[in-house]
Amino acid sequence: MLAFVIRRLLTLMPVLVGVTLVIFSLSYISLGDPVRAMMGQRGDPEIIAQIRRDYGLDQPLHVQYARYIGRLLQGDLGRSYRQHRRVTDLMWERLPATLRLAAAAMLIAVVFGCTAGILAAIKPNSWIDRLVMVLALLGISTPVFWSAMMLILLFGSVLRWFPISGYGSGHVWYLILPAVTLGALQTGYIARMTRSSLLDVLRQDYMQTARAKGLRDTIVLCKHGLKNAAIPVVTVIGISFADLLTGAPLTETIFAWPGIGRLMVNAVANRDFPVVMGCTLVFALVYVLANLGVDLLYAYLDPRIRYDQED
Amino acid sequence: MRHTAWRRHPTVLVGSLLLLVLIVSAVGAPWIATHDPYRVSTQHSLQPPQATHLFGTDWLGRDVFSRVVYGARVSLQVGLIVEAVAVVIGVLLGALAGFYGKLLDTLLMRITDTFMAFPSLVLAIALMAVFQEPGLMNVIIVLSLLQWTSVARVVRGSVLAGKEDDFVQAAQAIGASDRRILFRHILPNGIAPVIITATIGVAGNIVSEAGLSFLGFGTQPPTVSWGTMLAQGRNYLTIKPWVCIFPGLALLFTVLGLNLFGDGLRDWFDPRSR
Repeated sequence: MLAFVIRRLLTLMPVLVGVTLVIFSLSYISLGDPVRAMMGQRGDPEIIAQIRRDYGLDQPLHVQYARYIGRLLQGDLGRSYRQHRRVTDLMWERLPATLRLAAAAMLIAVVFGCTAGILAAIKPNSWIDRLVMVLALLGISTPVFWSAMMLILLFGSVLRWFPISGYGSGHVWYLILPAVTLGALQTGYIARMTRSSLLDVLRQDYMQTARAKGLRDTIVLCKHGLKNAAIPVVTVIGISFADLLTGAPLTETIFAWPGIGRLMVNAVANRDFPVVMGCTLVFALVYVLANLGVDLLYAYLDPRIRYDQED
Repeated sequence: MRHTAWRRHPTVLVGSLLLLVLIVSAVGAPWIATHDPYRVSTQHSLQPPQATHLFGTDWLGRDVFSRVVYGARVSLQVGLIVEAVAVVIGVLLGALAGFYGKLLDTLLMRITDTFMAFPSLVLAIALMAVFQEPGLMNVIIVLSLLQWTSVARVVRGSVLAGKEDDFVQAAQAIGASDRRILFRHILPNGIAPVIITATIGVAGNIVSEAGLSFLGFGTQPPTVSWGTMLAQGRNYLTIKPWVCIFPGLALLFTVLGLNLFGDGLRDWFDPRSR
């Protein structure tokens, strides 16, 4: 297992280099010439040259990239143009809200997705199965920003069960609609994967053997069925986490949720590039780490993977 | 025989019908729309659905039905153009990586990994910020830059598998050129997964365009797009919901159609996956 972990961490390095290269290039293009932007057209050429030297902007690109990496490693993502504060401070303030929302969405998706998938797989082609599959398809096909609006309309405005937006200083009541919105897509994927994976397992010979031994149906299902069906489901859950991050900017914007997604959207609207690039980097890092976590979990659940992965 | 095929794969049928509606609306918009989608008529603003305005009117008195019909054009354009570019790039890079392997494969796959390390919409938003100028053309460029990775992965996989096939080895043995082996023997056999990936990809492009436009970073008014309609309608969501319900339903049915079509094709090509 340790060898696998080390190998997997090594493959992470080129991706991290790639991610920082992309973000460095984007910052470079988007900032254009920051000194010109600061000084305007009437700037004194000598002063401009001096500032460029001070900030290292006269250095070749690879030197600038190395310096950028150096700053990153010290946790320095630059300062916001608008709020005149460190980008890392802005993000630390908002990260908990995003993680809270993502965790709640994931919880909803796993609980409802797995339950629905199991119910569907136990009785294939029954009305429960059909209903689950139709709902899963709807969950997968509905764009988050529209389902958010429809939930606000129905549960916030017409029925008045939940507040329609805001953080409510962390009150769980404010969390429900955004989390359902963000989790709907994943619920669909997880339900589908649980169903097809469990159906596959139920057809295996060892299930018949277990039943032939006289074990009770629930024991056969739980001990032999679900455990073996879990592996593909774990993968989908990992991919889902990534999708959650994609949905975060939209969901947070609609529900006025004070997370990183909304920070990023506002920063784009304000042309606050250091914040935009900082958020992009954090999203990518969380995404990469989530995938790493899934791979490790996957290898733990299915020992064959540790030995097979030699590409 | 065709009939039994349809019956066995009803999802493809339903998907095709939904897609047909989308294509007909996009192509025939001038004939289907009951009003000029751009004509402002403030005295008819925010009217509920009725005989003259099937889906009601928006805050400028523009006919929502006609705008939804015209909105199909942007969605279909973005969906198809982006996916066409993505398939060309993806097939090329995936085939090169899978066929030549070694260093080229490692390099191309690390690039693919890098692009896949970003949540797609997040990188799209960042790229739109860099462009500084939102608009349909830039949306198409940005999404094309991001969309090829899944196709490349799929093609690489089928090329790797195809290289081992007996008839490919036979072709190699009689001295066929690399290009001929790749394009005549290996790629045609791996076309089904590409079509499926591309179909689902079109749905993803349409949702991404709508999402970007919804946030204000995509298609800009006066161009009619479902995303901008939803963004503008959002202020009236709780009081005049029809301005949001109908463009969203159009989006939902479009994505649903493409997903059904893609899922159905997968079952059709690969019955085991059911």
